[in-house]
Amino acid sequence: MPVSCTTNCGRKAILRRPKTGTSLCKECFFDAFETEVHHTITSGKLFYPRQLVAIGASGGKDSTVLAYVMKFLNDKYDYKLNLMLLSIDEGITGYRDDSLNTVKENKNDYQLPLKILSYQNLYGWTMDRVVEEVGKKNNCTFCGVFRRQALERGAVMMGASCIATGHNADDIAETVLMNIMRGDVARLGRCCAAITSSDGALPRVKPLKFCYEKEIVMYAYFRKLKYFSTECVYAPNAYRGHARNFLKELERIRPSVIMDIIHSGENLVFQTGIKTPQQGTCSSCGHVSSQELCQACTLLLSLNEGKAKQGVSKKSHKIRST
Amino acid sequence: MGSDSLKISVHFGGGAEILFDNLKQHDLELPLDNGTWNLKRLIAWIRDNKMKSKQELFVKDDSVRPGILVLVNDTDWDLLGQTEYELCDGDQVHFISTLHGG
Repeated sequence: MPVSCTTNCGRKAILRRPKTGTSLCKECFFDAFETEVHHTITSGKLFYPRQLVAIGASGGKDSTVLAYVMKFLNDKYDYKLNLMLLSIDEGITGYRDDSLNTVKENKNDYQLPLKILSYQNLYGWTMDRVVEEVGKKNNCTFCGVFRRQALERGAVMMGASCIATGHNADDIAETVLMNIMRGDVARLGRCCAAITSSDGALPRVKPLKFCYEKEIVMYAYFRKLKYFSTECVYAPNAYRGHARNFLKELERIRPSVIMDIIHSGENLVFQTGIKTPQQGTCSSCGHVSSQELCQACTLLLSLNEGKAKQGVSKKSHKIRST
Repeated sequence: MGSDSLKISVHFGGGAEILFDNLKQHDLELPLDNGTWNLKRLIAWIRDNKMKSKQELFVKDDSVRPGILVLVNDTDWDLLGQTEYELCDGDQVHFISTLHGG
C-alpha cells in the first residue's frame, strides 16, 4: 500500500527521511532539502552579497550536490554570490584522474569557472609517491594537510574570499567520534562549526553540514545529477573507517543519532585549566600554524629529507597548565 | 497468465557495481516455487549467485551492509517494509552505495 506524502500534498511518498522520520514525495523532498540548506546558510550567516566563493569540487556526490544546490539557491534567493569550482589533483592513479572528468562535466552543466591545482605542482609530490615513501598507515594525514593548504592557495589565486566544502552530517558526526576516540581536544572544540576561520586563513564553510548522506545521495539520484563514486584506493586503511562503520550501525538502530552526535559535539564544554595550542603563523610559509613550522612544511621537510615517519608523531594536544 | 519465473531488474550504483563486474543492470528471472520472493531472499540470492568474493561488502546478516540504499520502483525501501517487501513481476530494484568519498 503506497504511503502518502506527510505534507498532505496528495502525492505518493518516495522516501522516508532519516532526519525527521517523515515520508515525502519527490517535490516536497527537494523543497525540504533545499530549504534546510538555505536555512543553514542564512542562520549561520555563511556568506555575504557579492562574495566570491570557491566551491571545493571533487566530482563526488557531496560536492556535486553542493555545487548544484548553491547555484540553485543563489538564483532562487538572490544571494548575489559569484561561484567558482576549485578542484585538487592529489595524484592518485585510477581515482582522481577519473573524478576530475566529472568535475569538468559539472563545470559545463552548471556554467561555473573551474580551477584545478595539483600536489605535483604545489609540493613536488603526488600521493602515490608519498605512499611509496610513508606507507599506508599515515598517508591520509599528509593528504588532508596538503589538501587544506592547496584549497586555500587555489582560492586565493581565484580571488575568492571563502571556501565552501561538501562536508555532510555523517562526516561531521564521524569526526566528532574520531576526535573522542583519539582524545583530540583541540579539534573537538572546532570540528562542529559551520564556519571555521582563523586569522590569515580563508573562512571555510559547510552548507551541507546538516544534510544526511542518505539524503544527499537520494537528492542526486532523483535530480539525476552525475557524480563519480569510487573509494580512494588508500581509504580502506584509514582510521576514519572505524568511526564510519560504527556510525552506520548506530544510524540503522536510531537514525537521529547523527544529528544527536553533532549536537553533543557543538555543546561540549572543556574543563578550565586545559591549555590548547595557540594559533600563530608558520615561520617558513606564513600559513596559519600552532607550531613554529606548519604541518604541511613539517611533513614536506620530512619527505624531502627522507625521514617521512617523523612528521606524523602526535604532540600532546592537551597540556594542563599547572 | 501464469509464468514460472519472476522477472525483475536489479541496478547497482554509487560504486556498488564494482562488486558485480562493473555491470550496472542485471535482468533476472527468479524461479517461482513455494517460497516467497521478498528482498531478504533476493539479497541472499544475489550474494550466493552473483558474487564470487567480497560478499561482506554487500551483505550483512539478513540485509544489505549499512550504507547501501535500496529503492524499489524509485521508492525508498523504508516505506515498503525493507527486507519484508515482496517482489512483483517487473520490479526495478536499485542498490546504491553511499560508502565512498564525496
